Amino acid sequence: MDLSALALSMKLAGLTTAVLVVLGLPLASWLATTRFRGRFLVEAVVALPLVLPPTVLGFYLLVGLGPRTAPGGLFQAVLGHPFPFSFAGLLVASVLYSLPFAVQPFAGALAGVDRRYVEASHTLGVSRLGTFFKVTLPLAWPGVLAGAVLTFAHTLGEFGVVLMVGGNIPGQTRTMSIAIFDHVEALEYGAAHRTAGLLLLVSFAVLALVYGLQGLRGGRLLSWTGR
Amino acid sequence: MDRALTFEIGRRFPGGPAVDARASIPLDGDPVTVLFGPSGAGKTTVLRALAGLDRPDGGRIAFGEEVWFDASTGRHLPPQARGAGLLFQDFALFPHLSVRANVGYGLHRQGAAERRARVEELAGRYGLGALLDRRPSQLSGGQRQRVALARALAPRPRLLLLDEPLSALDAPSREALRGELREQLERAGVPALVVTHDRTEALALGDRILVLVSGTIRQAGPVHEVFSAPADVEVARVVGTENVLPARLVRREEGLVAVRAGEAELLAIDPGGVEDEVYACIRAEEVVLEPDDGHASSARNRLRGAVLARREEGPLVRISVECGVRLVALVTRASAERLGLVPGARVAAAVKAPSVRVVPRRR
Repeated sequence: MDLSALALSMKLAGLTTAVLVVLGLPLASWLATTRFRGRFLVEAVVALPLVLPPTVLGFYLLVGLGPRTAPGGLFQAVLGHPFPFSFAGLLVASVLYSLPFAVQPFAGALAGVDRRYVEASHTLGVSRLGTFFKVTLPLAWPGVLAGAVLTFAHTLGEFGVVLMVGGNIPGQTRTMSIAIFDHVEALEYGAAHRTAGLLLLVSFAVLALVYGLQGLRGGRLLSWTGR
Repeated sequence: MDRALTFEIGRRFPGGPAVDARASIPLDGDPVTVLFGPSGAGKTTVLRALAGLDRPDGGRIAFGEEVWFDASTGRHLPPQARGAGLLFQDFALFPHLSVRANVGYGLHRQGAAERRARVEELAGRYGLGALLDRRPSQLSGGQRQRVALARALAPRPRLLLLDEPLSALDAPSREALRGELREQLERAGVPALVVTHDRTEALALGDRILVLVSGTIRQAGPVHEVFSAPADVEVARVVGTENVLPARLVRREEGLVAVRAGEAELLAIDPGGVEDEVYACIRAEEVVLEPDDGHASSARNRLRGAVLARREEGPLVRISVECGVRLVALVTRASAERLGLVPGARVAAAVKAPSVRVVPRRR
């Protein structure tokens, strides 16, 4: 069994989701409220990973964050190792690749919050930031959760970017999808079956848990409205 | 003390009407000012600019000495810093919070104990004690209104702005709550500006009125004065009711009320919920003028008197009659000639009881 691959995949998906909640919410909030005319350009950039093959993203990351580039040098200076073939590099790539899966549902959910609640909060003396945490976020919660679950599930199954950027180092960058690919290439169908089955089971369990919890809270809160 | 909220609000809308509203609202004395006008006149624009939610294109807003907005210096105080409470048209109670948390929402800077005490105090004053743990979705329209009022008043605002406060309610509760709201506004002890397009609401709630027509304030003054003496034809058209007579309820009988206005006694349909001081409102076109010696008709009110003045208005003539109380009637030119309605002529004014609207007036 590829338990270390499972653990790595879960860790990568969990951290990617956490990073995207922290970085994606402000970006989504900006997209939902700004009157900036160039907004469509930002939206297009955020949506790019939906269209591009993961290999393209991975390729540009390898080139852009290579050891001889300035960002690559910074990466090495901060983390003590080069970008390619490391878990931290994998995380950076995952965050970029899953960006639309987090930001689009977040922005849709935040834009769906009735403006009057926000204004009521302002007239009651609560700052913009305070209003975001006390009013906007609680009201947009179902959409934010949907975005987080999508991000998690999407990262769990990602393959192309991992292969390009991470390679296949056990315990470091060998995620479940890579392990399965490996097994199939080596004609180890039994091992491939076990790993694939495990991934299927875990993915199903995560989704069932979230939908089940939402169901308990009464209502179809988790709808896929990643508008 | 003669503090006032003085504003000059300029706003342009692409392809739409412009707003250029100037007025001054005294902050001491009369508690309730009504901003009255038809839909599209710019009432909401003015209200949102006062609350700080929108930034006008030009002008100035000053609350006493304090400048809230000044286009020439670029000053725009955010809503958080104005201390102006706003009651939204459909109340905008936070759906994810209990009544208790809604009322206490604006008290975020205070300690837990202080906050609890203030919420309890307001709950007592607005009869919310049994509702504190409910969600807004579990409340009736009238209850929501009281919660919204308590929420807006909790942080002790210096000014209360109300956007069509009764329009989100169904007709029966609107009738019932109109008088109650006036009482609550009085008790709040905060100067209030109420936006409405409803004449009855304006009369029942306001001490003073600002009439807004196509983006400009056309007339300001005590409510019944503005209603009975509109400054120009447009204001007259907007306020609609030419005869607004301060009156006193004298008796009730068979679903009718008798009120005394000046020397005259008028019968009207009992609207319920009125006591003592009222306004009797009659539209000029519903006052029928007859020869002084004419026979009885189905109209229950027949007041004899003399013509005071006449003014031609296109095909119609506006006649003022002194008949124990001063009434304005709108008749056709032909009728005016046939009856010889010139100043001094004897005449009788007939009004059917259902045409007299009785509105509560509180002092």
